[in-house]
Amino acid sequence: MNLDTFLTALNSVRQDEVVITTMAASQAWPNHSRHLLDLNYVPSTMGQGPTIGLGIALACPEKKVVILNGDGCLLMNLGCLVTIAEQAPENLILCNMDNGHYEVTGRQPIAGLGKTNFVGLAESAGWPVAIEMDTQKLRVQLETILSIRGPVFVNVKLEMSQGGSPDLTIPMPERIQSLSVQLQSETSFK
Amino acid sequence: MISPQLLFNQIQSCNITDVIWIPDSETGKMQPLFDTHNSPRLIRVCREGEAFGIAAGLKIGGANPLIIIQCTGMFEAGDALRNIIFDLGMALFIMIGYRSYEAWRKNPETRDTARRFTEPILNAWGLRYTLVESDDQAKEIEKAYKRYTESDQSEIILLGEA
Repeated sequence: MNLDTFLTALNSVRQDEVVITTMAASQAWPNHSRHLLDLNYVPSTMGQGPTIGLGIALACPEKKVVILNGDGCLLMNLGCLVTIAEQAPENLILCNMDNGHYEVTGRQPIAGLGKTNFVGLAESAGWPVAIEMDTQKLRVQLETILSIRGPVFVNVKLEMSQGGSPDLTIPMPERIQSLSVQLQSETSFK
Repeated sequence: MISPQLLFNQIQSCNITDVIWIPDSETGKMQPLFDTHNSPRLIRVCREGEAFGIAAGLKIGGANPLIIIQCTGMFEAGDALRNIIFDLGMALFIMIGYRSYEAWRKNPETRDTARRFTEPILNAWGLRYTLVESDDQAKEIEKAYKRYTESDQSEIILLGEA
């Protein structure tokens, strides 16, 4: 499955969830969505997409939070699997974009390529739901994932994409402020 | 080092909703207080960089988080700190255990390098900090928090430790 196929399917079932994207997904997602609850996390500190998502999920428990995180990003911050499992926010969905490479830096292989079982890592960390995305039932499975009680870890096996340039026309502090205002207008901190 | 109860009281008086932490041997003495109070919520992380991302997400969602880590963890978390505070432009309220500070006060020849690098690194980041060594300086925490909320600039409390 290529990245655009996955993003097209996700955008077709997405309603009012927060969607946080990193790396290649952050470059491609704006071609699919310009939603007020999108956070294209660029520039990022590699590996912190899931923790930003965890913070939002804890602050806004009535709002689903979907994080599209690179596999290299996850390896850089594996402890977040344990941290999220302990907090166990029911509204958090972490998609591991598994293409086996640091795509943005020129397609170098990640550590553990072909050996690491990401679903197994999530299960061992204590995630109640950890699954491989079924490319044959993509849309149906995504609808299910968005509706079930989480936290949900989804490993999404992908071909490498062509990459692209992130949209940086709006400065990050403005994007953060815009998301915060929108989120707080739709929810109330519990 | 400021006493655990007094430090906890200061945190509560700042209306902190969430404490994201990795405890050290001094700040860790607050654990029983977190265990017996519903607020603030305690969020344990595995590595200090995580704390910055979580704090950012909490603030985006309208919460009022506080990060508590040791200076060694600040060294580790440098890129997360850089990104959240400077790229995302988010002010954070942070308490940092200043390891070996008291030992250095007693003996400047102490071999623990944690103290030597802590303040120069904070200065390099351009972050404002307040040193709190004992109970009689507890009010400095309230003052720093007030500056943080009024200026929307990050504030660091350095907790002098043994």
